[in-house]
Amino acid sequence: MGYTLNFNLIWRHFDKLWGGLLLSLELAVISIAIGIVIGLVLAVWYVSAGRVMRTIIAAYVEFIRNVPLILLVYLVFYGVPTVIDLAYSAPTSFVVTLSVYSGAYLVEVFRSGLEAVPRGQLDAGKAIGLTPWQRLIHVRLPTMLRITLPALSNTFISLFKDTSIASVISVPELTYGAQWINFNTFRIVEVYLVTTAMYLVTGYALLFALRLVERRFRAAR
Amino acid sequence: MATSSNNSPALLDIAEVSKSFGPVAVLRSVSLQVAKGEVVTIIGPSGSGKTTLLRCVNFLESYDSGSIRIDGKEVGYRDAGTRQRRGERDLAAMRAETGMVFQSFNLFPHLTAAGNIMLGLTKVRGKSSAEARSIAEHWLGRVGLAHKADSLPAELSGGQQQRVGIARAVAMEPKILLLDEITSALDPELVGEVLAVVKSLAEDGMTMVMVTHEMAFARDASSRIVFMADGGVSAVGPPKEVLAAETTNERLRTFLARFRASHF
Repeated sequence: MGYTLNFNLIWRHFDKLWGGLLLSLELAVISIAIGIVIGLVLAVWYVSAGRVMRTIIAAYVEFIRNVPLILLVYLVFYGVPTVIDLAYSAPTSFVVTLSVYSGAYLVEVFRSGLEAVPRGQLDAGKAIGLTPWQRLIHVRLPTMLRITLPALSNTFISLFKDTSIASVISVPELTYGAQWINFNTFRIVEVYLVTTAMYLVTGYALLFALRLVERRFRAAR
Repeated sequence: MATSSNNSPALLDIAEVSKSFGPVAVLRSVSLQVAKGEVVTIIGPSGSGKTTLLRCVNFLESYDSGSIRIDGKEVGYRDAGTRQRRGERDLAAMRAETGMVFQSFNLFPHLTAAGNIMLGLTKVRGKSSAEARSIAEHWLGRVGLAHKADSLPAELSGGQQQRVGIARAVAMEPKILLLDEITSALDPELVGEVLAVVKSLAEDGMTMVMVTHEMAFARDASSRIVFMADGGVSAVGPPKEVLAAETTNERLRTFLARFRASHF
């Protein structure tokens, strides 16, 4: 093996990776937060809607789930401003894309959770005289949350990793930072080793935090 | 037709209620009156419409024709003639007047025993949480679970869960309590503790309609027994009459014989 590992150049430019990681997290958190709102609203709408609205929501979910994220990122960043006169930065464009993308996945998670709430619990809510809105807030959503937490954790981790795709439109997140260091130092092995480790550690930290939340909720089942 | 055992107007008046699921008629012109303070048990083979009838009383099920009134007020529809369904808020208010206890307990899993009872008191009855808490503690005491107020349903045995279920229903001070096979999901050794609670409520004068397979309990605790078969009321009367071995009602005799054979 003629290649000797030299991490010095990586450490010299480590701010690119560290700053990138923080931006990755920021993109993920904002997009997931918006995605949760989209997902919750559409899932609740779906389970109580008529056929037309169900078809529309299902079409949105199917469209997003069957198109690669990278294509959506290109479409929103390059395509939309060409058609309509609208200027936005690459990070904004990516947040919009990832929000709509995560929304579609979260609709599915929340919808299946809502449908898995035992009918008996809803009957019990009706029987004590709760209105439909009260049943949703006090009976259906809390149980749905318990049911969906494991699936939610997986979706969140997966969406965090998806922020790496923002590098294709030059959003300076972690993967973009890695590419920059690679192009400028040619230490390809070192930089991607370090970057991989950073994704791994962050992913595990997220998973650990989410498992703690799950455990708290499971204790309360 | 069944009449109430005293002359006061019926608290619950079920008149000629029919219901079909597709081609299957589950209720065929069922009429039944229940007076205040009465305990009426409904027995009959599975599929005879007992549970469906009970679920019509608080409109968890709708019905195709007939009328159900509680205290003179039509339950699910604005009036029996036009059969215009009540709005959801209106329905919720009507349902708050009846309590229901379920076969599968149906406690809210994320709320403690006290929390289960408090939900209706705070959200439907508009009580402060301090007041609701003290009402919850009172009823938990009544069902022998004062020490379990802060336990979650998952931490309780089936019998304890069902007693919380009963406390949740009666804490709302319903005009009538509906009990839907409330001991069927319990281990035999837990049935007694639940029935003891029901019995003490009956002694307090709570009006109850109860679907049950507990014949001994039906015999001892009810004012009247209704025997349902094929979606209709086949026999109704005081326990002694209905459970008499020499009944001339063919279906009832078969049911009782089969029941005795399998349970004794």
